[in-house]
Amino acid sequence: MPNKNSITLTIDGQEVTVPEGATILEAAKQAGIDIPVICYHEATTANGLCRICVTDVNGGRLLQPACVAQCQADSSVETRNERVERSRKTILEMLNASVDLSEAPEIQEMMSNYQADSERFPDAKSRDHAIIDDNPFYIRDYSQCVLCWRCVQVCAEDAQYTFALTLGERGHDTEVATSFDISMTESPCVFCGQCVGVCPTGALKSKVEFGMQQGLSADEIRQSTRKSRKRKSLNDK
Amino acid sequence: MQIKTQLDDLLIHYSSRGRDALLPVLWDIQTAYGHISKEAVHEISHRLRVPEADIYGVISFYTLFHSDPTGETIIRVCTDPSCGLRGADAVLDGICQKVGVQHGETSADGKYTVEHSPCLGLCELAPAALVSKRGEGEVSIGEATVESLLADELGDYHSAAYSQMGILLDDNDLSNLEQYGDYGALRHALDAISPDDIIAEIETSNLIGRGGAAFPTGMKWKFTRQSEANPKYVVCNADESEPGTFKDRVLMEKRPHLLLEGMALAAYAIGSEKGYLFIRGEYPKATKILEEAITDAESANFLGHDILGSGFNFHVEIRRGAGAYICGEETALFEAIEGKRGFPRIKPPYPTTHGLFDKPTVINNVETLCAVPHIIQRGATWFKGLGTEKSTGSKLVCVSGHVERVGVYEIEPGMTLRDLLEKHCKGIEGSLQAVLMGGAAGTFLTPDEIDVPLTFEDLRGIDSTFGSGAIMVFNDTVDLRDVLRRLALFFQHESCGKCFPCQLGTQRQFEILQRSDNPKNGDTDRLRDVGLTMTESSLCGLGQTAASAILSAMDKFPELFIEKR
Ligand SMILES: Cc1cc2nc3c(=O)[nH]c(=O)nc-3n(C[C@H](O)[C@H](O)[C@H](O)COP(=O)(O)O)c2cc1C
Ligand code: SF4
Ligand code: SF4
Ligand code: FES
Ligand code: FES
Repeated sequence: MPNKNSITLTIDGQEVTVPEGATILEAAKQAGIDIPVICYHEATTANGLCRICVTDVNGGRLLQPACVAQCQADSSVETRNERVERSRKTILEMLNASVDLSEAPEIQEMMSNYQADSERFPDAKSRDHAIIDDNPFYIRDYSQCVLCWRCVQVCAEDAQYTFALTLGERGHDTEVATSFDISMTESPCVFCGQCVGVCPTGALKSKVEFGMQQGLSADEIRQSTRKSRKRKSLNDK
Repeated sequence: MQIKTQLDDLLIHYSSRGRDALLPVLWDIQTAYGHISKEAVHEISHRLRVPEADIYGVISFYTLFHSDPTGETIIRVCTDPSCGLRGADAVLDGICQKVGVQHGETSADGKYTVEHSPCLGLCELAPAALVSKRGEGEVSIGEATVESLLADELGDYHSAAYSQMGILLDDNDLSNLEQYGDYGALRHALDAISPDDIIAEIETSNLIGRGGAAFPTGMKWKFTRQSEANPKYVVCNADESEPGTFKDRVLMEKRPHLLLEGMALAAYAIGSEKGYLFIRGEYPKATKILEEAITDAESANFLGHDILGSGFNFHVEIRRGAGAYICGEETALFEAIEGKRGFPRIKPPYPTTHGLFDKPTVINNVETLCAVPHIIQRGATWFKGLGTEKSTGSKLVCVSGHVERVGVYEIEPGMTLRDLLEKHCKGIEGSLQAVLMGGAAGTFLTPDEIDVPLTFEDLRGIDSTFGSGAIMVFNDTVDLRDVLRRLALFFQHESCGKCFPCQLGTQRQFEILQRSDNPKNGDTDRLRDVGLTMTESSLCGLGQTAASAILSAMDKFPELFIEKR
């Protein structure tokens, strides 16, 4: 017997009862239905910004992001119809045209799942950035950054209250930055490593991992974590 | 050291303020120094207790703020559609040549920085420009030429307003308090009408918001009054940045007291003591006029403490935007007042319960608020007698482009678009090709469609909209692909970048339209997929309408999109 504070809805034709206030993502999970996510992370405030999780609620004009949209009683949610697929596929294709996704296996899997064409947008401007190697602990390769905001969030109110990072510029030129693009060592960064932990792509990675990828020996890696140098000035603005 | 003392002098005014003082501080420093240096950011961070990285993020979000040094004079020339039709590109190129720079650069002698700008809200005086002089601030220039922009003395402009109705605007100049007279509607309300009855009157009048979203004003006020949290705020949305829109500027320049009286009535109705008037940074003239109007209204006790002895307090603070169309979106506007990057919030919750500083807030457009004193003074029945059942009162529209007489028109809803253009605007210049209704976020109409009555309901009936009230007229000499490119550039420039569909989609849309004279195979499908994805999946109204005009052009002018082989 559903109690007063629970609501019932259908997701892909399947009836689900959830507590009031539950998101569509939570309800779908309960029903065993998988909805893809990119920006959503349990440890960070959900901002509903990647929109890969959009679903069709009652055929409404706007698709609803499952990670933040709350379930409505008696609504009918479709998690994979033509409109939803078009949005997901197009978002992935546009993202792939701007960002190096080679070290984001989960997004790559989504691409194949939605038959996204990696060549869909020829001659598109990509967000190319030089790798920033300016501290002993991690490197930043913003060519791989999908702008999920997680690193900025954990550095700020979601965890660390350090406020070393911000978002800079806007629109397609948006980037994660420090104040006046100073190095991490000049910034208030305390090297807690939480940003590296939540990054869903290869944009932030520990020097050890980076060193191994570069084929460095254990000794060379140790060297590189001892002294840092700024490889190139920030980016190609 | 000297710089530090100067900075201290500037910052002293803000000592006990918090983060919400950030935009005002940044404006002071931008105006004094032409940019906001690392040192200044350090000092501000200390005073307002805002992290340096956050301040840097804010500076880089707003285009009128610079973190790198600029020329002593910054010249910005509008290149959006209405100015594009009137030779804006030639003016911009002419200036660049004269001072020896490319777009976006500073001259070697440090005197000039020259940039292109999105619509400056001066479309009836196209081509328009905005000039910022270090130490002095901004000046808007209408009918700009290379010479007028480089002159030592910058000229003023005069805006034309034409009214069939004489309600919001007429030929009289009522810009100062002496001319405007008593705040009669406010006085009457404080004397004899309860807040609930004010709201009932506004509900009965069927006043619909004039900012674009067409939401009933009375309902918005009622929900806000009913919200339990306090304090409550009244915010006037004077960000007017939709290309082709300039009615709010003209209203503020000619009727500042009408607007303030409308805000005071809203505050009385919902139980608020504090109002913010958020005006785009590109409107220096209206800002000055409003500042004076507030001072005068306070001295006359129409604003301030214990207004007219009624015990009701209401203070209005002006906040200047700094170059971001997105800050017209209501929640982004709140973020801007709070001293942050102008990122829209996820809705729900709505402003009626969680608005400015997370408190219940009424936010209304300038024109909406200007209708209020008239409704209170003359009654909802009078207001409802004008226009149609669903579009009551009068409506301001901004006509620019190819008509004989451009300007702001106050019309009675129900007038056809044809009558407006052919009679009131004295006819179309040349032969009509297309009309863009509602601004960049609106839709194109063909010459066959201009018999539509100008009402909310009739426009909706043909999938169009009043939107911001912009009406741009294009004759058959215009290259519509060029117009679409300018619209696409606008959205590419103005997307806040928060959500993927719009951040990426406005860029992809721009790229595809850039090559629309020589499209690649499959470009039409690409454009449609990008457009529909932005429309259906974006987080806020910007992305949801960033493809609106372009999709409507695909529908109505398919020949523009033929992929030749
Ligand atoms: C991108 C964007 C820009 C907007 N710009 C404005 C604006 O400049 N002025 C305005 O009044 N409303 C603007 N709006 C609409 C506001 O969000 C809001 O609906 C309006 O201020 C409410 O006032 P109203 O009910 O009186 O129309 C904009 C909306 C979006 C999505
Ligand atoms: S660096 Fe990583 S965590 Fe940070 S925004 Fe980019 S993808 Fe997200
Ligand atoms: S739709 Fe565009 S402007 Fe709105 S939140 Fe998304 S990126 Fe920002
Ligand atoms: S996962 Fe829902 S918007 Fe990103
Ligand atoms: S001022 Fe140039 S188009 Fe509006």
